[in-house]
Amino acid sequence: MSSMPDGELLRITDLHAFYGESHILHGIDMTVRRGEVVTLLGRNGSGRTTTLKAIMGLVGKRSGSIMVNGREVMRTATHKIARLGIGYCPEERGIFSSLTVEENLMLPPRIRSGGMSVEEIYEMFPNLYERRKSVGTWLSGGEQQMLALARILRTGANLLLLDEITEGLAPVIVQGLGRAIRLLKDNGYTIVLVEQNFRFAAPLADRHYVMDHGHVAEMIEAADLEANMDKINRYLSV
Amino acid sequence: MGLPLNAVLAQAMLGLNQGAFYALLSLGLAVIFGLLNIINFAHGAFYMLGAFVALIGLTQFGGWIGEPELQINFWAALVLAPLIVGLLGVLIERTMLQRLYKFDHLYGLLLTFGVALVLQGYFTNYYNVNGTPYPGIPASLKGIVNLGFMYFPKYRLFAIAASLVVCFLTWYVIERTKIGAYLRAGTENPNLVQAFGINVPLMITLTYGFGVALAALAGVLAAPIYSVGPLMGANVIITVFAVVVIGGMGSIMGSIVTGLALGMIEGITKVVYPPAANTVIFFVMVIVLLVRPAGLFGREQ
Repeated sequence: MSSMPDGELLRITDLHAFYGESHILHGIDMTVRRGEVVTLLGRNGSGRTTTLKAIMGLVGKRSGSIMVNGREVMRTATHKIARLGIGYCPEERGIFSSLTVEENLMLPPRIRSGGMSVEEIYEMFPNLYERRKSVGTWLSGGEQQMLALARILRTGANLLLLDEITEGLAPVIVQGLGRAIRLLKDNGYTIVLVEQNFRFAAPLADRHYVMDHGHVAEMIEAADLEANMDKINRYLSV
Repeated sequence: MGLPLNAVLAQAMLGLNQGAFYALLSLGLAVIFGLLNIINFAHGAFYMLGAFVALIGLTQFGGWIGEPELQINFWAALVLAPLIVGLLGVLIERTMLQRLYKFDHLYGLLLTFGVALVLQGYFTNYYNVNGTPYPGIPASLKGIVNLGFMYFPKYRLFAIAASLVVCFLTWYVIERTKIGAYLRAGTENPNLVQAFGINVPLMITLTYGFGVALAALAGVLAAPIYSVGPLMGANVIITVFAVVVIGGMGSIMGSIVTGLALGMIEGITKVVYPPAANTVIFFVMVIVLLVRPAGLFGREQ
């Protein structure tokens, strides 16, 4: 595995993104080091989802710089960006209704070695094994979320972009996802977590980027979290 | 009034033959519509082109290159015509259609309609509008077979069988293999499939080429039965669109089953009530649209 001298896996500089005429991101700067869990916090519409989409090249227009593992990807096609080792889990989960659970799981191609085997994945998410022959969208919301996460763990991607994985799920499932994220971190994955659920994200993350109106408003280290709670609450309250 | 059973069965068999071509054509349209979201109006023109590649290969190509003895026979045409026409499809997708995906799909429809008119006009200029017979039925497929209830041309039986095999193989690949899983997933959410590292633009190009190749294959199979003419595609395509609407846009099995069934219904109508033979499919279409607007096999949006 190639490694940049300073351990940076993702560096975003002055990123602007547009959907048609609307200017969504206004100059984002952020870095993610190898092995870190970083959250993007903020209200709905603050630009967190768009940041992930812009990294994958899924927005209408973008400018600035995005370096993945030392490679500039602003002019790179989406499928080639993915092959630099990124696993993307979209907000709407993106489970395919015309595919079975197992077909959904096996769909993303292996992009590098070192991914989890299907056996390991079924061990981590036994529900998926039991329901592997069902239609993907017949799963419960929690199971669909597990599937959306599981299928990018197979591919060998080492940078995971996870968008609102706890949204609308029961507390017991959220706890399970928390354990999964911790396990992935221990195994060396680098994770960017877009979260609404601050209590879920706080104990998992090394650093938090607080986003507001398409800008990065604050960057807060996990250690400084207590001292900055007032500030965070102000940004997250509606 | 008693209808002679044999006559009904005979027309049903001929209708099945026509239905096999409907199935091949609507299958290609369904595959293309599913992934590209484009209603491929040029489909009839590609069907016509497939037949012309076979005809030209047999009767003219040798002369063009100064080898009058050279004849590209039916079996070779069966492979070559879909390849050549499919490549033309790839070229059209790469140079023209690809620029239109970001606009409303009406533009894709207009572009393919234009392509169809250009091709049709070009061949009308050089070939008999009323059609030229294709004289190349292989000796092994000449003659008739006794089906028990009727004597049936061997070639037509072959055309039915060949169409069914290709339709079934296509269905199998799409519904049961990994490549098909990419295609089905791409039909639902192309952006996400691409974000998994799959080259979706290439997949779209190849899918268009494949759908077009199916139309050309139908054209080659039809050439020995109907005469090869510039308007043969235009004549069949409206019916094929009706088949696609009845079956449900984008459904693979739906387009195969509907194509076969409607061909037979059309055939049987020819004996039961001949004046309605050319319109019965459109009556069915109206009824289906009233009862199930998404088509028999389509999913309600």
